[in-house]
Amino acid sequence: MEKLILRRVDRQNEEMILNFGPQHPSTHGVINFLVETDGEVLKRATPDVGYLHRSIEKIGELVGYPGFMPYTDRVDYVAAMFANEGYAIAVERLLKIEVPQRAQWLRAISCELCRIASHLVSVGTMVMDIGAFTPMLHGIRERETINDLLEALCGARLTYNYHRIGGVAFDLPEGWRDKVLHFLDHFDKFLAEFDRLISFNEIYVKRLANVAVIPGPMAINYGLVGPNLRGSGVDWDVRRDLPYGAYPNFKFDVPVGKGFFGTAGDSFDRYYVRCLEMAESSKIVRQALDSLPEGEITAKVPRNIKPEAGEALGRVESARGELAYYVISDGTNKAYRVRARTGSFTAMCIIEDISRGLMVADLVALISSLDVVAPEIDR
Amino acid sequence: MNAPAIKNQDLSKGPGRTARGVVLATLAVGFGLPTILLAAVLVLSPLSKPAMLAAALRAAGVDVSGWSQTGQYALWLVAMAVLALILVSFGAVISGMTVWWEMRVSARMQSRIGYNRVGAAGFFQWIADAVKLLLKEDLIPADADRLLFRAAPYFVLVGFALVFVALPFGESLIAADLNVGIFYITAVTALVVVGILVAGWSSNSKWALFGGMRSAAQVISYEIPAGLAVMVPVLMSGTLSMQGIIRSQGAWPWEWHALTNPFALVAFAIFFVAQLAEGNRTPFDLPEAESELVAGYLSEYSAFRFALFFLVEFGNLWVMSAISVTLFFGGWQVPFAGPAVFEAARGTGDLPGLGWWGLQLASMLVFVAKTLVLLNVVVWVRWTLPRIRVDQMMSLCWKYLVPFAFVCFVATLLWQILVARVPATAPVVGGLMLVAAVVAGFSFLRLTRRNISAVGDRVDFTNW
Repeated sequence: MEKLILRRVDRQNEEMILNFGPQHPSTHGVINFLVETDGEVLKRATPDVGYLHRSIEKIGELVGYPGFMPYTDRVDYVAAMFANEGYAIAVERLLKIEVPQRAQWLRAISCELCRIASHLVSVGTMVMDIGAFTPMLHGIRERETINDLLEALCGARLTYNYHRIGGVAFDLPEGWRDKVLHFLDHFDKFLAEFDRLISFNEIYVKRLANVAVIPGPMAINYGLVGPNLRGSGVDWDVRRDLPYGAYPNFKFDVPVGKGFFGTAGDSFDRYYVRCLEMAESSKIVRQALDSLPEGEITAKVPRNIKPEAGEALGRVESARGELAYYVISDGTNKAYRVRARTGSFTAMCIIEDISRGLMVADLVALISSLDVVAPEIDR
Repeated sequence: MNAPAIKNQDLSKGPGRTARGVVLATLAVGFGLPTILLAAVLVLSPLSKPAMLAAALRAAGVDVSGWSQTGQYALWLVAMAVLALILVSFGAVISGMTVWWEMRVSARMQSRIGYNRVGAAGFFQWIADAVKLLLKEDLIPADADRLLFRAAPYFVLVGFALVFVALPFGESLIAADLNVGIFYITAVTALVVVGILVAGWSSNSKWALFGGMRSAAQVISYEIPAGLAVMVPVLMSGTLSMQGIIRSQGAWPWEWHALTNPFALVAFAIFFVAQLAEGNRTPFDLPEAESELVAGYLSEYSAFRFALFFLVEFGNLWVMSAISVTLFFGGWQVPFAGPAVFEAARGTGDLPGLGWWGLQLASMLVFVAKTLVLLNVVVWVRWTLPRIRVDQMMSLCWKYLVPFAFVCFVATLLWQILVARVPATAPVVGGLMLVAAVVAGFSFLRLTRRNISAVGDRVDFTNW
C-alpha cells in the first residue's frame, strides 16, 4: 500500500490511481479497490478489504453454541440460510447427534429457496452493473416472493435464524407447500423470460464473453468455490461430491461453465452458471416437497450444550460456494475456536491477478461476476 | 412502554383514490402548460416575421408604418426575444415532463409504482425536484477550476437552447427557417460536448475526468456517422433547410424519406444510434455510467448547475426525436393538405385567415405526435438495453456506422440519379417498404404477445 502511495508522486509514467470504493455503486458493500489505470485500461486493481469486519469468529468463542446461531446470519446476509446450516452441521458433528429426516428435508428446502433468492440478487446486480436496470428489478421482484415464503416459514426475511443445532426451528406452515409450488411454476417461466430479456442480449453477451477469463487450474489454485469454480469448468459441488443432509436423495445436475459464448471461465460463464443453478434449485425444492418425510423437526439436544473436547468441520454448498465452519471444543459450553471459511474472500484474492489489462468497465463485470458480498469477505 | 400500534395496511386493495382537486390540478397543469407554450409558439412564430408583426399590430389598431426604422427594428427584436423565451421555456418544460413520463414508463416496465406522491400520478415531481435543486447549496470543490466549473453548464445549456432556433413545430412554425438549418443544428449541438468536457476537466475529480474524456471521444466520433446519415435526406430533398426537407416529403408514410428509399431507412437507423450516443443515452451512457464512474462528469455538480445538465439531458430527447421526424418521417405534413391548401387558406390579406391558423394547428399536432412516438422509443431503449464498453462503442462507430453511412450516402446519390428520376418508381418503392414495415411491426407485436403469455402474464393497460 505504501508503495502505491509513493508511486503517485512519480509523474513519469502516466498512471492514475483511483480509489474504487469504499463507497462506489458497484462494489456491493464497502470494499475498496486501489486501481492503477492508464486511461481506460487497468494496470492493476488491488482489493483492500476489512471495512466490514465485525469479529464474528471471536463472538463465536464468547457466546454459547446455540447463542451463536443468530450471528451466523450476519456472515452472509444475502444467503443467511447456508451460514446457519454450516454452523449447525459443525456443532452437530461435535455433539455426534443425528438430525431427524424431516428437519434435513426442511433444511434443503429452505436453503434451496435461499439459493434462488441469493442468485437473483447476484445476477440482478450483475446486470445492473453492466448498465441495464430493468432485469435487476425483475429479479428483485421474484426474490420478494421468496422472502414472503421464508417469512411465513421462519418469521424473518433476511436474517432467518431458522436452522437450529439438531434440526430446524419451525415446521411448515399450513398451505405453504402449495404456495411454494405455485411460485416455482411461475419462476421456471420467469427464468426463460430473464434469458430472453437479458442473458442472450447481444450487447450483454459481448460485454461478458471472453472477459476476465479464469482457467480451471487457476481457479483451483486460488481456492475459488461454488459457481465461480464451476464457471471455470471445474465440476465440483459439495452437495453432490461430499453429500450432507438430504441431498443424496435428490436428483439434480451441476451446471458447469463450458464457454457458452466464449471461453470457459469467462464472466458470462460465471453469470450463466448461476442462472442454470436457479433452475436446478427449483427442481430440488420440488423433489423435496414431494418426498417430505413425516416426523420430528429437531433431535433431542441438551439444553446446555457441552460437546466433548474435539473439533469438527461443517461444509455446505452456499450460494457463494463452499462455506465451512471449523469449530473446536474444549469441553466447556463455549467454543474454543470458531472459524468460517467463505467463498467471497478467496474470490477477492483473484481479482488482483485477473484484473491486469482489463478495462474499467470489465473490472465492474469481474467483481460482480464473482458475486462477492462484503460482509462475507470480512465477517 | 407501549409500542405504537402498527397500522395493518392491506396492500391488495391498491392505493387510495387521489382527491378530485389534485387530479384536476394535475390535468390542468399537465395539459395546460404545454398547451399554453405550444399555443404561444403557434401564434408568435409566424408573427415574429416583420411584415406579419406590422400587419397584426395594424389589425390591433397600432400603426407602426409611421415609426422610425430603429423603432420597428426594436419592436421586432422584442417579439423575437419573447419567442426565444417561450421556446427555451418549452424546452425546459418538455424536459421536466419527459423525466416524469420516463419515470412512470420505467416503473411500469420494472413492476414498480414510480412517482406517486406529488399530484396525481406524481406529476408534479419534476417541479418539486427542480425547486429542491434550486434551493440547494451550489457547491464548488476546493480544487476545482472555479471559472470553468461555473461556466460548463452554460455551454451545455446554450448548445441545447440554440437548437430551437431551427427546430420546426409546424408548417410556418419555426423561429428561423435557416437555409443551412440542419447544418446549423449539427454545429450548435457540438457546444454540448464542450460543456461536458469542461465540466469533466474543471471538477478536478478522477471520475469526472473519466466521464469528460469518454464523452468527448464518444460525441466527436458519433458526429461523423450522424453527419453522413443526415446527408441522405439532404440529398433526397436538395436543401439543408429544415422546412425545405419536410416540404420535399409527403404526409403519407410512403412519401416519407425513410420509406421512399431503403438506404434512407438504414441512414435513419444510423442517425438514431448516433443521436443516442450524442445524447449520452443507454446503451451509450458511458460518460455517466453509474456502475463504473459513479456519476461521470456530473460527480461534483450540485444544485442549479446539476439541474441545468439534467434539463439538457432530458430536453435532448425531444430535440433528437424532432430532428429525426423532420429528416425521415415527414415532419409536420398533414394528410390532404398540400402547399396549395395552405396557400388557399392563407387568403390574400395581410393577416392569414382563420382556416390557415387551423391548418397550422393541425400541422403542429402531427409533428408533436410523431415526435412523442419517437421519444417513447428512446425511453423504451434506455430501460431495456445494457451499456456497451468504451472500445465497443468506438469500434461500433468506426467499423460499422461510418462505413455503412458512407455506403448509404453513395447509394442515395446513385438512387437519386437512377431511380428517383422515374416518377413511377416512387409509389412502388414506397408501397413495398410500407408493406414491409407493417409486416415487421405486426410480427413484432405477435412476438411480444407470445413472450408475455409465455410467462403466464397478459397484456394489461390498467392500473397506471
